[in-house]
Amino acid sequence: MNLTLKVWRQKNASDKGSFATYQVNDISEEMSFLEMFDVLNERLIAKGEEPIAFDHDCREGICGMCSMHINGRAHGPWSGTTTCQLHMRAFKDGDTITVEPWRAKAFPVIKDLVVDRSAFDKIQSAGGFVSVNTGNAQDANCIPIPKDDADASFAAAACIGCGACVAACKNSSAMLFVSAKVSQFALLPQGQVERVDRALNMVKEMDAAGFGNCTNTGSCEAECPKEISLDNIARLNREYLMANLKK
Amino acid sequence: MAATGLFLCVFLVEHLYTNLHLYWGDGGKEFNEMSHSMVHSIFIRIVEVVLFASIIIHVVQATVLTKKNSDARPVKYAIDGASMTSSWISRNMGLTGSVIFFFIVVHLYNFFLPYRITGEVGHDGQMTVAEKCAEALGNPVYAGLYLVAVIIMAYHISHGFASGFQTLGLNNKKYTPIWKMVSNGFAILMGLGFASFPVIFYVAKVMGKDLLHWNM
Repeated sequence: MNLTLKVWRQKNASDKGSFATYQVNDISEEMSFLEMFDVLNERLIAKGEEPIAFDHDCREGICGMCSMHINGRAHGPWSGTTTCQLHMRAFKDGDTITVEPWRAKAFPVIKDLVVDRSAFDKIQSAGGFVSVNTGNAQDANCIPIPKDDADASFAAAACIGCGACVAACKNSSAMLFVSAKVSQFALLPQGQVERVDRALNMVKEMDAAGFGNCTNTGSCEAECPKEISLDNIARLNREYLMANLKK
Repeated sequence: MAATGLFLCVFLVEHLYTNLHLYWGDGGKEFNEMSHSMVHSIFIRIVEVVLFASIIIHVVQATVLTKKNSDARPVKYAIDGASMTSSWISRNMGLTGSVIFFFIVVHLYNFFLPYRITGEVGHDGQMTVAEKCAEALGNPVYAGLYLVAVIIMAYHISHGFASGFQTLGLNNKKYTPIWKMVSNGFAILMGLGFASFPVIFYVAKVMGKDLLHWNM
């Protein structure tokens, strides 16, 4: 495949940045999108040019590091897929592909396609955990959990914190991420002790980070590579409302 | 937004119910009597205050939210694929809301102001409220504005109604499809109901029919 790539280049956080156009020839449709970027970077290095900085780690769709906005879509045109699992067969020979970083005030660009997602870490630190004493875990059968609750909690816990929800939302809202983190504990007995504080503190941290507000457009759910449901946002709204009534 | 929006939806039902009395063909007697009794009901006067407060709170919150949400993305995407993942109406509630607010102001100027404030309508020896409605809806400019506004209002409701339940945390796998269905049904019902007034009254005017007195 021969492709034209329009890639956002930005030297550092304070640089204004602009698009650079690259002609990328002889790309296999079996390559992943990131492998195509590897090839482009090798060619840039061979020519003595600066390679394009982009986030990646596991390349198995579970770490949440890759974060490209491809042709207007977070993680590209395939639904339920991270950029590393997006393959070049999603495109046609001769296509022009525009690649941008996540755009959000809370996710400032560090370099090229790399953004600072530490706002998510701060939200997580504000309550996305259960405080337990160290020691052996007790027998799982001692804590009965309804199957439906366990399944819903597991589905919420599948969130990899990639930030596609923020990138896709027209308001740069982080509600889907926060709702997944709150839901995964709210549905389990272990999460009850800190339930009220968790909802209040995580929402407070989310607002302080500069994310926008949810207007229920549904773009986050449509773009989430782990297909986290909007039901979690309704649950977060319930949790937050109840927490405010209690505290 | 959700609480005030849903309250305004309840008000629309009451407003439509009252307006439907214009079709009774009794010269607007029922409609005028309803309007008159509302003015003199202490309960309705209290609800009226809540109604105006709801409109103002809804508009102020919407304005603040729109600004905050716009600020949350200072650098926009060169290619924005939002149209592939969400509906146009869900992304443009601010725009449709602004049109509706403009219409509400015009609507209040045409009906609330002369009836309730200046006393130019609905009193002894004057044009009745029903006659004022027939006159206004027979005006092509006002009828056109009314029609456009209620169609936009129907779209606004189709997202806003279901969205309100989501914000109040009343959605889950069981209820979400029900709310969406109810939301669309309610929007269509309100849209068709209110759109009927400018269409029918204007057509009647063009045809030279006196719609207010057809049953007399």
